[in-house]
Amino acid sequence: MAKLILSLDGQVIKEFTLTKERSTIGRKPHNDIQIDNLAVSGEHAIIMTILNDSFLEDLGSTNGTLVNGQPVKKHFLQSNDIVEIGKYKLKYVNEASASMSQAEFEKTMVLRAPATGNKVETTAEIKALSDTQDNVAQAPKLSDTVINAQVAPPPAAAPKPAAPPAPAAAPAVSAMPGALGTVQILSGPNAGKELPLLKPLTTLGKPGVQVAVIAKRPQGYFITHVEGANFPAVNGKMLDAQAHALHDHDIIELAGVKMEFFLKS
Amino acid sequence: MNLTQSLEMAKATHTGMVRSHNEDSITTDTQIGLAVLADGMGGYNAGEVASGIATALISSETREALARHAPHELDKGSGSPLATRLLRDIIARANTSIFQSANSQPQYAGMGTTLVVTLLSNNQITIAHIGDSRCYRFRGDKLQQITRDHSLLQEQIDSGLLSKEAAKRSQNKNLVTRALGIEQQVEAEIRTYPAQAGDIYLLCSDGLNDMVEDEDIEMTLTAIGSNLPLAADQLVQMANDNGGRDNVSVVLIRVKKDFPADDGLWTKFLSLFR
Repeated sequence: MAKLILSLDGQVIKEFTLTKERSTIGRKPHNDIQIDNLAVSGEHAIIMTILNDSFLEDLGSTNGTLVNGQPVKKHFLQSNDIVEIGKYKLKYVNEASASMSQAEFEKTMVLRAPATGNKVETTAEIKALSDTQDNVAQAPKLSDTVINAQVAPPPAAAPKPAAPPAPAAAPAVSAMPGALGTVQILSGPNAGKELPLLKPLTTLGKPGVQVAVIAKRPQGYFITHVEGANFPAVNGKMLDAQAHALHDHDIIELAGVKMEFFLKS
Repeated sequence: MNLTQSLEMAKATHTGMVRSHNEDSITTDTQIGLAVLADGMGGYNAGEVASGIATALISSETREALARHAPHELDKGSGSPLATRLLRDIIARANTSIFQSANSQPQYAGMGTTLVVTLLSNNQITIAHIGDSRCYRFRGDKLQQITRDHSLLQEQIDSGLLSKEAAKRSQNKNLVTRALGIEQQVEAEIRTYPAQAGDIYLLCSDGLNDMVEDEDIEMTLTAIGSNLPLAADQLVQMANDNGGRDNVSVVLIRVKKDFPADDGLWTKFLSLFR
């Protein structure tokens, strides 16, 4: 159950559990969360709670509402957000995810629709949370195909943050923490060029003739045959249809081109 | 009509990295252009019982019905292609079957399943779904979600309460507003779209789209979509590499070439005797 912890100058005054669908905050005594201070409007803000999510809305208060230092009109509360009203602070703590075991919590459940209709009526009440807090990072570029074309320079963007480690996954074979897998072309017109393996998947070869893919995984880098009658070879040994773990300084041969895989620290 | 020349299908399913068993169930039949994916829910083993009933019953009944009628024939009552009515009727029977098992056997009480079914015929794809299992279309290197989840989050997105990005931070994930086998009756959402040579359709359980961003799914199909079984395995692997918090299931369907209905004289002649 989510709660708000009211404090002034670092001193905790009171805790409120958000049990109601609508909890009001204001100076007047009828509010669920009363803050008796002249800087607080009579009806200052409300918090809508829908199951495990809570939304804050400023009710056009005189002095406004801040969340994490930013003035807000409507805000989708995240655990540990600090709501500021005048000199008072309300810390939002949502224990739903912490107290329940995560796997249990994430099980799909059916939300039984009320007999009158299958809309959850309350959802319409707070309209259109601003999207400004949600600027999405630019999507990663599509994977490059090399050898035949020119080798693309490394994208300026930093690699995506590492995925959380997968428990019980295959043991690390070629992973070196922090090392970036790179392929250097050794023969053919593009000899000497390097291709950093920044993306989760990088394809090598010529579509329609022979293509292989190198997958970047938490455990390391793996090469797999994608299409074509011929399979790629690693260190002179032809691959089968299975993914093959790459090790530092492995030599890959593909469509008549030799290249070296290495880890750059 | 046999569609094996025009369609290619690949599938993969995995328990994931956290759950103890797989409650997803998938089945495909390239010959009749059918794919069914169900994500079961309910205690003990009830989830996989529900999803198993759904996929088995829907695939066998569809096969049986298509032996009698072509799915592109127009339904005399509604004027829409028969595929729509056929899927609606078969899904309704699957619902009854699961609902009755759940009510007659205490260990199955409350079980249910989400569902997404695709049936291809006459250069068209008919998609039926219930809950938050999805169908995407990959066309011209762009991935597009075709189905709209029957879930609390989707309703909140529709009403403007949440943006699509904010929804990713919601604590109310996995709450579906419709499921197969939970109530006496359920309405499947059924739509038909034109299909083109080169299209790839992706059916998936929420174990994929909760763990892997749409951009990464698109990137995977762009990079290795030419090898459908590999792409299916890769998508499952990415979900697991990202934590694999749920069962993950994937069906990929490639339209290799057009598949117009065979409306030759012989078919017309035969239809006289039906």
